[in-house]
Order: sequence, then structure tokens, then C-alpha cells
Amino acid sequence: MPRAGCRGPPRRPAAGPRRIRGIRRRCRLPRLSWITVPAPVIVARDLLKRYGDFAAVDGISFEVAPGESFGLLGPNGAGKSTTMRMVGAVSTRTAGELSILGLDPDVYGPEIRSQLGVVPQADNLDTELRVRENLLVYGRYFGLPGRLVAKRADELLAFAQLEEKGKAKVDSLSGGMKRRLTIARALINDPRVLLLDEPTTGLDPQARHILWDRLFRLKEQGTTLLLTTHYMDEAEQLCDRLVVVDKGTIMAEGTPAELIRRYSSREVLEVRFGSDRNAEVAEQLALRHGQGPVGERMEVLPDRILVYSDNGEAELVRITDAGFHPITSLVRRSSLEDVFLRLTGRSLIE
Amino acid sequence: MSAVPSVTGAALAAGRKPRRWGAWYVALHRFRVMKSYTGTVVVAGLGSPLIYLYALGVGLATIVDANLGTEAVDGVSYLVFVAPALLASAAITVASEEFTYPVMLGYKWNPTFAGMSASPLRPTQIVDGVILSVAIRMLVNLVLFFALILVFGAAPSPMAALMIGAGLLGGIAFGAVLMGYTSTLEEDTGQLAMVMRFVVLPMTLFSGTFFPLSVFPIWLQWIGWISPLWHSTELARVFSYGYAEPIWLTIVHVAYLVALTLIGWAWARRIAVRRLGR
Repeated sequence: MPRAGCRGPPRRPAAGPRRIRGIRRRCRLPRLSWITVPAPVIVARDLLKRYGDFAAVDGISFEVAPGESFGLLGPNGAGKSTTMRMVGAVSTRTAGELSILGLDPDVYGPEIRSQLGVVPQADNLDTELRVRENLLVYGRYFGLPGRLVAKRADELLAFAQLEEKGKAKVDSLSGGMKRRLTIARALINDPRVLLLDEPTTGLDPQARHILWDRLFRLKEQGTTLLLTTHYMDEAEQLCDRLVVVDKGTIMAEGTPAELIRRYSSREVLEVRFGSDRNAEVAEQLALRHGQGPVGERMEVLPDRILVYSDNGEAELVRITDAGFHPITSLVRRSSLEDVFLRLTGRSLIE
Repeated sequence: MSAVPSVTGAALAAGRKPRRWGAWYVALHRFRVMKSYTGTVVVAGLGSPLIYLYALGVGLATIVDANLGTEAVDGVSYLVFVAPALLASAAITVASEEFTYPVMLGYKWNPTFAGMSASPLRPTQIVDGVILSVAIRMLVNLVLFFALILVFGAAPSPMAALMIGAGLLGGIAFGAVLMGYTSTLEEDTGQLAMVMRFVVLPMTLFSGTFFPLSVFPIWLQWIGWISPLWHSTELARVFSYGYAEPIWLTIVHVAYLVALTLIGWAWARRIAVRRLGR
């Protein structure tokens, strides 16, 4: 006998006892597997999105566990936003498997989206409405009762530090405030998963830190976060685990610390000899075989040379001892930027 | 009873209301936006019929009736003749306001449609909701217009109130097609202004609005036949003063307008699905 409506694991009740009984009568499923192992919230396998001949996303696979904070790090045009739109059950995939909360977005789009909060790359707040109205209107889309939406709107305005701005016009808000309002809007349905597409791009440092603080609180509360960014510091701050994406494919996967350990050295020495001399000096440094190579590896960028080593200061001493005197020098910890550079040969932000 | 911790179940339950009522939620959003220009809606809704009815129905009518008698056109006074047409074109005006720039706004300039499509709403519901909200706004305008026509004593038939329905059908038929067209525009490089100038305006002039279509030579009358405004105007006249036309023609008016509505609506939905689901 066919079991209509019994896809995926058994469900938690959300619409009151009547609904539960209905579900339990219809669906008797094995119980062991899903009690012990938390099922991933998002499963993508060989996900593909084509626009004509161009594959924006070219066979991406990843899983996100409940409560995890997962990042897609990559430059502009890497396919991050397209991936987010597919996970957001908005853009339809060309091929591959995709399951969000155990459901196929091609069939259960509204159901999936009812559990997501989405912060798009470009704000799409309704500028014809006031700040608080944006939350009220959006909350209704989820079929939530008006009174509940109004209560949440006030709480979220406080969360987003916008209490004073409830009646303000959207256009009068600063970029950071708009971003926070967009996040508040994304939280109006108390989502299980929050999708953030470059949440802090274009914000000043202070606005970014306020935003990170808010996102960190959500993470602490157990909200699953999926975010894209081309800022490595953001990925380091917010992501438990991430994939490095370039040209629609995954280059590497791991925790920020793992990736740095695997693909970079502990420290990086940055030296500048002037943009016309960097390449030449790097060549000479590389040729000094007699005295041993400089660092584990070198990257020459137009404006500076990066020397990868476990001890940046020692490398600097060796370089100056060899008679090269950089205009400026800086020793820093390795970052995901270096990982990206190693993996793709290009910088994240041009 | 063991509470089964499944997010899937929560999702399935939470999807039901938006699936059923999504279009209405979009309409509620649109009403809130329209509220910010309620003044315009009411003033334009009352003011422009007043001006048109007075200028044409009283002003121009004086000349027409003086020259041709009070049963000059279709056997009724010019005011009675022109009033249903003015009502029908008021609906077209609302349609050309609401299905052009606000749609462009929603897709592109202030992409609220993108925001909506990230929520449980489906693209088709966004289209339905926009059309629904405009239909209701249009209805309000038409009721006001009809009330003024009654004040002018320009609707003799007891069935006159039905011309509101005729106007609404014409407005939505044109509007749905217009929404379909606007939805296809990735960029507004003046197309919408062209539509106003070369579609809406000629349509208003050549749809038997101010004079019967039969005044034209037969090779120009096709403009009226394809014009939703001509069909809704004629239909409104049937209801307003019992304009005599064969019953099959009345049926054609309704059928044509219903067909345009369905085609335009389906077109707009199709584009929405494609454009928002990219």
C-alpha cells in the first residue's frame, strides 16, 4: 500500500495535537536511525546549475548538521549566491541531489522556505513601507497570526538595535541598519536555518562587528547558519566549517584552523619592495639556493611578496641579511586568504 | 504520546497556510503600500471622474445635444452615452498605473518580489496577489465613479450597477496582459512610457469611447475589436442604458475579456516562475 505523504523521517508536530495524530496514523517508520544520529539539515550532492552553456555551480557536494555554522568562501562569481538560492528553495537546480530539512525543494518549496531565514546579498526591503511595517508584512507571508508577528517584530527591532527606528523610512537607514533590519526580517518566522549571502559586504568595520555579534548570538542559540563571504576574517569568526569555492566547484573543505594547517604555514611575512621591484626581488630570493630557500613557499602579488613560514621574524632577518631591504614588512598569522591564494593562485578580493 | 523531533514535520505543517493563502498575504502587503497613497487614490478616484463627467458629459454634451438632439447617439443623451465609457477607461487608467511601474519596482528597482519568493510564497501567488490587490483597488475606484454617474443621473437602466463589473473585467483583462508584458522587461528603457503613449492613449481614443466605433471606416474598426476597452465600454453601455446589440455580441465581449484575462494572467505567472526561479 502506498504511503502518501510519508517522505523522509517522522516529523515533529508544529500545528498542534490534531496534526500529530494525523501524521502518526499515516506514517510508521523505523525509529532507530534518526534518534541517535542527528540528520543533516542540508544535503547537497553533485549540485549543478547551468545558465545556458555556463555552469554557475558545477557539481558541489556538502552537508550541514543542525546547529552548525557552515560557510562558503570564495571570490565573486564563484557560484556562492547561486548555491544559496538553490538551498533557499528559490532557484531550481539543473541536476544533482538536494535535500533541505529532509525535503526536496522542487516539490516542497513553500514548506522548506517556511523554516528558513534568508538574508540576500542585496537588501530587498520594501522602501515604500516603514521599518516596522517591513517586518509585519513579511511575517504574514508565513501565515503567522498578526498578533504574534507584531510581538516578534518588536522583539526583533530590539535585537537588531532598531527600536527607535520602527516608524522611520527604510531609505533613511544607514547600510548597517538596513542589513540588521534584513536580518531581523529573516528571523520573523523563528527559522531553523539562516542563510546569509555576504552579510557584511559593503559595511564599515563597526557595523560589521555589531552584525557579527548578533549572528554569534544566533549561533549560540543553536540556529543553523549557512553563509557565504569573500572575507576570510568573517569566515574565521563565524564558521565552524567551510568550503572554499572557486568557479563553481569546491576546492577544499574543513574547519578554518584545519584549512590553514593543511594549506598554509603558521605565519606569513609580507614584504614590499615597491611594485616595480617585487617580482625581481622574489626571483633573486628564490635563486639563493646556496643559503637555502626563503620560507616554505613564496607568493608574489603585484604589491607585495608573501613568505610562508613558521617563523616570520626569522625569515625577515634572513632576507635583510642577504642584502634586501623591504620598504615595509609585516609578520602575521596565516589566514583563509592565504589558503585561497594557495588553492587558486588568486586573491579573494581583487 | 512521544513528541518526535523532526524538522521535516514542522516544515510540512508550516507550509499549509502559505500554500493556501499566499496570494492574499501578497495583497495585504500591496494594500499597505497603497495606503501610503490613499489620498491619491481617493482624490483621483473622485476628482477625475468628476472632471471628465463634467467636461464631456455636460460641457461637450451641450454642443452635441444642441446639434443632434438629446437622442443623438444610440438614442440617448451624450452624457448617458459617454458615462459608461468613462467608467471603463477609468479602470484602464488604474490598470496602466498599477501593472507597469509597481511591477517593474517589484522585479528590479526595489526587488520586493525577490524578497517574497524567499518566503513560503510561490511566484504564481505573487502574481495572483498583485492582480487581486489591484482588482480590489479598481473596484473601489469604479464604485466611486458609479456613484458620481448616479449623481449626474447618467445611468437610466435598473441594471446599471453591473457596469462596475464590466469596467472591472475590462481593466483586469488589459492589466493582466500589461503585467505579463512588464514582467518580461529586464530594463526599462522607455518601453513603459511608449505603452502609455502608443497603446493606452490611442486605445482610449479609438475604442468607441467618445463616439461610436461605427463612425470609423470599416478598415479602422479593427482597433476597437481588439481593444479590451471597446469590449468593456460596449458591455457597460448594455447595462447602463440598455444599448441595443445582438446578444451574441454581448457574449463575445465577455468571452474576449475573460480570455484576455486568462491569457495575460497565465503569461505573467509563467514569467514570474521563470524570472524568480533563475
